[in-house]
Amino acid sequence: MEGDVVQMGAYIGAGLACTGMGGAAVGVGHVVGNFLSGALRNPSAAGGQTATMFIGIAFSEALGIFSFLVALLLMFAV
Amino acid sequence: MATEAANGAEHAEEGGLVFHPMDQFIVKPLFGDGPVGMFTITNVTLWMALTILCIFALLVLGSSSRSLVPGRIQSIAELAYGFIRKMVEDVAGKDALPYFPYIMTLFMFIVFSNFLGLLPGSFTTTSHIGVTAVLAMAVFLTVTILGFVKHGAGFLSLFWISAAPLPLRPILALIEVISYFVRPVSHSIRLAGNMMAGHAVIKVFAAFAPMILISAGIGLVVTPLSIVAITAIYALEMLVAFIQAYVFTILTCVYLKDALHPHH
Repeated sequence: MEGDVVQMGAYIGAGLACTGMGGAAVGVGHVVGNFLSGALRNPSAAGGQTATMFIGIAFSEALGIFSFLVALLLMFAV
Repeated sequence: MATEAANGAEHAEEGGLVFHPMDQFIVKPLFGDGPVGMFTITNVTLWMALTILCIFALLVLGSSSRSLVPGRIQSIAELAYGFIRKMVEDVAGKDALPYFPYIMTLFMFIVFSNFLGLLPGSFTTTSHIGVTAVLAMAVFLTVTILGFVKHGAGFLSLFWISAAPLPLRPILALIEVISYFVRPVSHSIRLAGNMMAGHAVIKVFAAFAPMILISAGIGLVVTPLSIVAITAIYALEMLVAFIQAYVFTILTCVYLKDALHPHH
């Protein structure tokens, strides 16, 4: 039970930063869900739009990765 | 190795894991225990060399026979070539095809280092932000310089969206400029973060797996569960290894398209 308040704050902050990943999860789920609902209505057009879906996933996932990065920075760099 | 064992004993004495899940990402010299300098041969060097060797083996052996009916290696090489070529053509357009060799190189390097990193005991070079940042900065600089060379100051019209109403345009331009400069950051951190997180999760479950050696009661439940979890996450990581390489290359194509056609 050693350490100081700064370290405690860093660890709590790292935990809190991980809530941002939930937002990314919602975003990725939203993208894929909407893609699927569109694709099932018009399956013939779906194949050409897979790349667009992955771009959308990548953009919304990037923000979740940023929160992961903040958590890592707080754990190992502060 | 000696320091690793000592670290492990230290962790175990504290009641924590026998090995730290982030230990697998430590860059250490291949020979001896000296400090890591600019030109030290480290495990990163070894696995990057292996990556290059594997790509060389696949593409050179694959294209050496040039048979009309492709064999196993030749069809894999042709599949990879056709896949990337089609991606460049679909996403960035026909006039981006001169830049296809660069994008093919990027994809092969990333996909091979991702999959080599999945071998037990290996080192994932793409899990280090240092490695992916170089790749992403190279893409960013290439695309920016290419845009200015091709269009001169007209490249700046990428930030001036003429489809939006006039009062909104300066605000949109500011947002576009910020998002343009965040590109290399998100581009590199996405790949490194995904690889690092997946491998760390596997190691966390791997630390729970030998629980049956410590206590038979809890171990009977925890050990099979964590072994199943390792298998499932490993399968997921195989998917992620490919998808992240795909996403990296497809974003490169998108950025290339912006440089070649900056007018919205």
